[in-house]
Amino acid sequence: MFEYAPAPESRDVVALRDSYGLFIDGEFTDGGGVFKTVNPADEEVLAEVASADSADVDRAVAAARRAFDTVWGSMPGRERGKYLFRIARILQERAREFAVLESLDNGKPIRESRDIDLPLVAAHFFYYAGWADKLSYAGLGGARPLGVAGQVIPWNFPLLMLAWKIAPALATGNTVVLKPAETTPLTALLFAEVCQQAELPPGVVNIVTGAGETGRALVAHPGVDKVAFTGSTEVGREIARAVAGSSKRLTLELGGKAANIVFDDAPVDQAVEGIVDGIFFNQGHVCCAGSRLLVQESVADEVLSSLRRRMSTLRVGDPLDKNTDVGAINSAEQLAKIRELSDIGEAEGATRWSPSCSLPDRGFWFAPTVFTGVSQAHRIAREEVFGPVLSVLTFRTPAEAVEKANNTPYGLSAGIWTEKGSRILWMADKLRAGVVWANTFNKFDPASPFGGYKESGYGREGGRHGLEAYVK
Amino acid sequence: MSVTAVPDVGRSEASLRRFLHGLSGVDEVGAKARADRLGTRSIKTSAKAYALDLAIRMIDLTTLEGADTPGKVRALCAKGLHPGDDAPPVAAICVYGDRVPDAVEALKGSNVHIAAVATAFPSGRAPLPVKLADTRAAVEAGADEIDMVIDRGAFLSGQYTQVFDEIVAVKEACGDAHLKVILETGELVTYDNVRRASWLAMLAGADFIKTSTGKVSPAATLPVTLVMLEACRDFRDAHGRQVGMKPAGGIRTAKDAIKYLVMVNEITGPDWLDPDWFRFGASSLLNDLLLQRRKMATGHYAGSDYVTLD
Repeated sequence: MFEYAPAPESRDVVALRDSYGLFIDGEFTDGGGVFKTVNPADEEVLAEVASADSADVDRAVAAARRAFDTVWGSMPGRERGKYLFRIARILQERAREFAVLESLDNGKPIRESRDIDLPLVAAHFFYYAGWADKLSYAGLGGARPLGVAGQVIPWNFPLLMLAWKIAPALATGNTVVLKPAETTPLTALLFAEVCQQAELPPGVVNIVTGAGETGRALVAHPGVDKVAFTGSTEVGREIARAVAGSSKRLTLELGGKAANIVFDDAPVDQAVEGIVDGIFFNQGHVCCAGSRLLVQESVADEVLSSLRRRMSTLRVGDPLDKNTDVGAINSAEQLAKIRELSDIGEAEGATRWSPSCSLPDRGFWFAPTVFTGVSQAHRIAREEVFGPVLSVLTFRTPAEAVEKANNTPYGLSAGIWTEKGSRILWMADKLRAGVVWANTFNKFDPASPFGGYKESGYGREGGRHGLEAYVK
Repeated sequence: MSVTAVPDVGRSEASLRRFLHGLSGVDEVGAKARADRLGTRSIKTSAKAYALDLAIRMIDLTTLEGADTPGKVRALCAKGLHPGDDAPPVAAICVYGDRVPDAVEALKGSNVHIAAVATAFPSGRAPLPVKLADTRAAVEAGADEIDMVIDRGAFLSGQYTQVFDEIVAVKEACGDAHLKVILETGELVTYDNVRRASWLAMLAGADFIKTSTGKVSPAATLPVTLVMLEACRDFRDAHGRQVGMKPAGGIRTAKDAIKYLVMVNEITGPDWLDPDWFRFGASSLLNDLLLQRRKMATGHYAGSDYVTLD
């Protein structure tokens, strides 16, 4: 038997500090309180992080306003672009450090933070750096910045979501106050160091860490002109209510329950790979995850047996091991939620299967899981699990596939697997989802807009469309 | 696993075509991405030591030059038997049919196999009786493994039964010798063709399927090997018979060889991680494996003068 010996990435490339402050007006400062952030793979406390109260948020917004009024808002686009290019290059130079810290704080495998997150983070800054001096050619009219953007991001792709938010905001001349998720604040704070290293004018980027209260204070702050949020639909609703009636602009990128649709003529091996990538990538902590597999009945058995075999080769464990495919669940709360919904899936009559794999004793772990015999009525087919749990449904005709795929409160993404090009186009036209992937899944590119229909939110991030949310 | 008889699809051109074209397609982008991703596995320490020795044991150490002489073949055999340090011998020595007697002499008393290329290698452009005579001569001279090439012209023009029948005839001419069927994937071009040719060869009785002659570029690649390994795996699932796999040509470094072993491990599973079921067709790979092996033992890289040329 060919057992791969442990191949751990070194932690030494990261200089973890015992405590981290808030990043306001170009300086690290104390906050109203502190909280701890842990490594989800072993529950070790990584650092103490300052928690921003409303007074801290006030200071951050004031700093952002000052920077907007005095430097950034009136700076020529070609000058802003230089800063963004500089940030992108520094991120590339420090990619390994960022990747290790991201895996430590988030629990995602190093091969994903190293090969996917960090290259995309740098690519987003490069992409929007290129737009900074070309806004008049983006077809957005006068393209004047909005002012101060309050941005709240989730814990599944901490640094990538930061890049999606900060890069277009800065490129268009806005200043930002960003709140990273409570469980994954560290790479945002390391990014603050990058801002210092790039000599970004003080106040252009401010990072306030904390939990829901900090986020609420930021969203409700009267000095904020624009709110951008990525996270759960539940919190998104709360934010929409808080912002309603004000002049604040709002974009929301919320949950999903994507259908990954496999037809009988699909290339089976690649479809199985796409199914695995669709739901087990980043432990399924992906809002556009392909969490509902819709497979044509005539090939369901073949596809499912291939899927089970493939799942048996997934390596679950230490996120810093370069051979790990599936890492740790981000938090105890999320693990509890995944367990609860999976138990409900069983209780409602679906058949549960996981490959045999030994999970570490400490930390938050959940084995890759597939539910068969699922129907649209089951809760695991309707609710977002946000974990490595796949629900399998079947269909008989393309029209039925479309109906089932669209029969969800969400509409963020979808996947189609077929060798028939005309069917891809027909389906893509009918699926109510912001992104439709054909014969692939979970592919991201800074030039491609991303966002949802229905309860998956509104507004687009990425591409030329992503600029619209930050200009008037 | 259900074991069924090999379907009688070779009976007519139409039934064979329907069968081969009914196989699931291969998405090229997806296959390459999967191969790339498997190539990022990090194989260290004990796993690396295991892989290096396994790779040596899987080599078909090969010389296929017009200028081959008895002396050259004897030298290759000596190297294959005693690669250096305490490394294990290779799996087989692979030569042209007329050089088989030299190898028989040099390998006497060892377990190293003798593989001969036959059937008008590398082009395959000769009448069937010539190909069969070529095969019989090699077997009679002492080869216990025959590497045949398929008629790519016939395959590409859709004459599947001709290719099928030739493989059946060569297999019969092999007697007890193992038959490796070379698809020359570089000339088949598409992965759909590679998958169809793999199934065609296995249905016709191949003991091994092999990527390349080494005379055509591209020779073995990771994605092509991926597609062929998937075919081996699916064929065993369908028919219960295990067929071996041999990438050949262009595999020169230990790092590359380990990528292939990772692929075997994760695509077909460990049943194929054995010289009986997986081979490397290579000439220069052995020295890099030996250098890496020495690096693991001493902590230092030795120069190329510390391993023998042949």
